[in-house]
Amino acid sequence: MIKSLMITAAICLGATTLASAQTVGFSQIGSESGWRAAETTITRQQAEERGIDLKFSDAQQKQENQIAALRSFVAQGVDAILLAPVVATGWDSVLQEAKEAEIPVVLLDRKVDSDESLYLTAVGSDLVHEGEVAGQWLVDNAGEGECRIVELQGTTGSSPAIDRAQGFRNAIEGKDNLEIVRSQTGDFTRTGGKEVMESFLQAENGGKDICALYAHNDDMAIGAIQAIKEAGLKPGEDIKIVSIDAVPDIFQAMAAGEANATVELTPNMAGPAFDALEAYRNDGTEPKKFIQTESKLYTQNDDPQEQYEARKDLGY
Amino acid sequence: MFRSLSRIAPQLITLGAIVLLVTAFFPDFILIGYERERLVGPIIDVLKRGAPVALLAIGMTLVIATRGIDLSVGTVMAISGAIGAWAISSGLGLAPTLALAIGAGLLCGLWNGCLVAVIGIQPIVATLILMTSGRGIAQLITEGRILTFSDPSFAFFGSGTLFGMPFPAVLWVLLALVVTLLMRRTALGILVEAIGVNRSASALAGVNARVLLIAVYMAAGLCAAFAGIVATADIRGADANNTGLWLELDAILAVVIGGNSLLGGRFSIAASVIGAMIIQTIDTGILLAGFPSEYNLVIKAGLVLIILVVQSPNLAQSWRFVKDESRRRRERSYEARKELRS
Repeated sequence: MIKSLMITAAICLGATTLASAQTVGFSQIGSESGWRAAETTITRQQAEERGIDLKFSDAQQKQENQIAALRSFVAQGVDAILLAPVVATGWDSVLQEAKEAEIPVVLLDRKVDSDESLYLTAVGSDLVHEGEVAGQWLVDNAGEGECRIVELQGTTGSSPAIDRAQGFRNAIEGKDNLEIVRSQTGDFTRTGGKEVMESFLQAENGGKDICALYAHNDDMAIGAIQAIKEAGLKPGEDIKIVSIDAVPDIFQAMAAGEANATVELTPNMAGPAFDALEAYRNDGTEPKKFIQTESKLYTQNDDPQEQYEARKDLGY
Repeated sequence: MFRSLSRIAPQLITLGAIVLLVTAFFPDFILIGYERERLVGPIIDVLKRGAPVALLAIGMTLVIATRGIDLSVGTVMAISGAIGAWAISSGLGLAPTLALAIGAGLLCGLWNGCLVAVIGIQPIVATLILMTSGRGIAQLITEGRILTFSDPSFAFFGSGTLFGMPFPAVLWVLLALVVTLLMRRTALGILVEAIGVNRSASALAGVNARVLLIAVYMAAGLCAAFAGIVATADIRGADANNTGLWLELDAILAVVIGGNSLLGGRFSIAASVIGAMIIQTIDTGILLAGFPSEYNLVIKAGLVLIILVVQSPNLAQSWRFVKDESRRRRERSYEARKELRS
């Protein structure tokens, strides 16, 4: 009697520990950018907070590494898989294998071309919406006068560059006082942003004709801020600056009054992913196929110094 | 003097033509103003923005003159920049920072030089090793993030001015002058060319080819370190992912536009740095003209193709043939007239 009780208790105990101590495999693209590094850091933090055992695999930008990692996760019998896919195609067979092993896969940040039934859900940000939030800020803050805008685009042909350009145009459409007068790629880099901004300043009467700058990412905006300062103008005052990403350094610029606003591309994709997985595991709730993260707007009024302190150790 | 001018004449004419072309699209291109104790204007921007490629081209010219090539210079820029940014942000003074950054460049050059001269690996393969692995080294130093600093003395190397000129422009002009004098006022230049023409023959003639080759690759590393310092100081941060990315190709292009043969031998540093300015004028011109970004690379490629075709040796030969032929015809008709008269 006592023996059987003890066995039952042991089984129950075992079951609960099994249930709570989940194992999740995470196949990350690599660490090509500060944002990617921050995403990794936050995913680890989120897993730790929830008591999840995270198996991390760095693919170093190679799809074959990711496929190998996914196969090994399946072989280890993890409870779920997080995948930040390096490319969109070629995932069908490995996702099928995970599905047959009844392991739910959640895509982070980027999408794949495979059938929707092969993964549980995708967590990501809406790039067009990010551009819209940035554009809306300018619509609200440019005033009534004529405002000539210059735009620093991302790498030509990349989806963030196309979508963030589109979203911004959606937002300022119909505002006759707002006009994009120059648009050029700065390749998402600080050097690119600075060099292209210098040419904008030369072309637009030493910068006196420019009222606002829209940069597709913060790094280009930071480069442009230096170019504006070297041209003898005050960034943030003479030229309003709005950009996207919310990396720590842009908060420093905002604290110094040199940048006006940034739209956050949150590196916390894992939080919503873990929430969806938990709900799915507890009562089988099928999440929507795309979970959109919030594109939050930060301005100089949001205590940029504190935001900087909170982000600077995330690995950006 | 006259001979060296005629050597760089084709490059100067090309540069002039490109400047005229850009001015046609953007009339203010040739205007130079003076504001806040510094010269400003698109041409000044070209001199400043072209500094990294011009600096790289100086070292690349020497390496190519020895029939070698250095693919790692863009990566060495990233390493030197990362070390510089790390040193200055961790509180070391300006002098140790510069010494460390330049030392890193020299060390990279020593590594390349040893692989090529001592172990005998083909230069393109030997330098490819550092090209691919070096960016990882730079990322280890910056821990994968953009390492920013605010020290004004180091930032001077990117955005400071000397006698109204941007410091990067002063730096490449000075370095080009110093290296040219060193090569042409001593026998060094001839020795470097001798290695490029025939390494075994020059070794038999008593040239210490091994030491000289290592020194040439170290010179390329030194130039890359300067370029890295300029690029890092310019944005006040070391971006290991992007600093100097693909710039080795621009540097090689500058050397080629400068009329130097990739097969080694005769070289001209002046022509190479003018080549770098031609490339930068095209880049800046495209930005100022305001074409959509999609056209940037197409326009650049088209212009570079035209320049290289016009400069090609085969075309030069037929050009010379046409010139000689017309002279001969003139002489013949002159003779004929003389005969008629007599």
